[in-house]
Amino acid sequence: MKMQKGHLLPAFALGLLFGLGLCLSGMTQPLKVQGFLDVAGLWDPSLAFVMGGAVGVGLIGFRLARKPAARSMLGEPFRFPAESGVDAPLLIGSAIFGVGWGLSGVCPGPAIVNLGLFNEKALIFVAAMLVGMGLEKLFALAMHLRATAEEDR
Amino acid sequence: MQIDWQNFSPLSAISGGAVIGLAASLCALLLGRVAGVSGILAGLAPPRRGDLVWRLAFVAGLFAAPAAFALAHPLQQPEFRAGAATLILAGGLVGFGSRLGSGCTSGHGVCGLSRLSLRSAAATATFMATGLLTVFFIRHILR
Repeated sequence: MKMQKGHLLPAFALGLLFGLGLCLSGMTQPLKVQGFLDVAGLWDPSLAFVMGGAVGVGLIGFRLARKPAARSMLGEPFRFPAESGVDAPLLIGSAIFGVGWGLSGVCPGPAIVNLGLFNEKALIFVAAMLVGMGLEKLFALAMHLRATAEEDR
Repeated sequence: MQIDWQNFSPLSAISGGAVIGLAASLCALLLGRVAGVSGILAGLAPPRRGDLVWRLAFVAGLFAAPAAFALAHPLQQPEFRAGAATLILAGGLVGFGSRLGSGCTSGHGVCGLSRLSLRSAAATATFMATGLLTVFFIRHILR
């Protein structure tokens, strides 16, 4: 298949499909997400079904995406994260992420979808999230500089 | 444990989940990429040549989804229990944590588990645990 510059249309369609799934699943409703996380209160198990449906289909899809095909159907190399082992940043970062997720009932996908509803609180959340991402970049840079400075010593 | 039967929606949950899984699978098969929303967002800055358009287009697709969905089915505005200050704190933690942890619910929870990645399983278990604890704390201890 001929490579299309930047894959504008397929990527848009994929984001749209992903977002439609989020809308249908109910996960764009923060109270529904918190209802799943509230096992000690009135528990809404729906999110487990979302994960089940997503991973059920995903297991098949990612199996198909495994080698021997050297490239994706649109001619791109497969760029999946390497399995580099469980480390401290992974666990600490995920723990911090979970606290923010529990506090708000929002994670990045639904946050962008809710932005499309021109929701004021979603806008506040997304702005803060982008700042948080920027701070992490600065933090990573500072750690990197400190590590290289120690190596030079 | 009491089940919230009134809000429990297994059919829309599992079918919505399947659509999410389909989108993630197609993203892998077509673009050779993991559909992790935090990673796609973070990769926008600084912009890199040949790596910008698909990211912007994917985010635009997410943004357009509620309007498309509303054509077929009425969609409610999200309802937040958290106030603005809490949302700023939560958004910051979600942004910082998802990058430090290399992923969020989509990248680790959907794609990573589908790839049978040990890292993603550990990440998903961790953010589920702290999410549960956080909701327990704000709903049953603080109030």
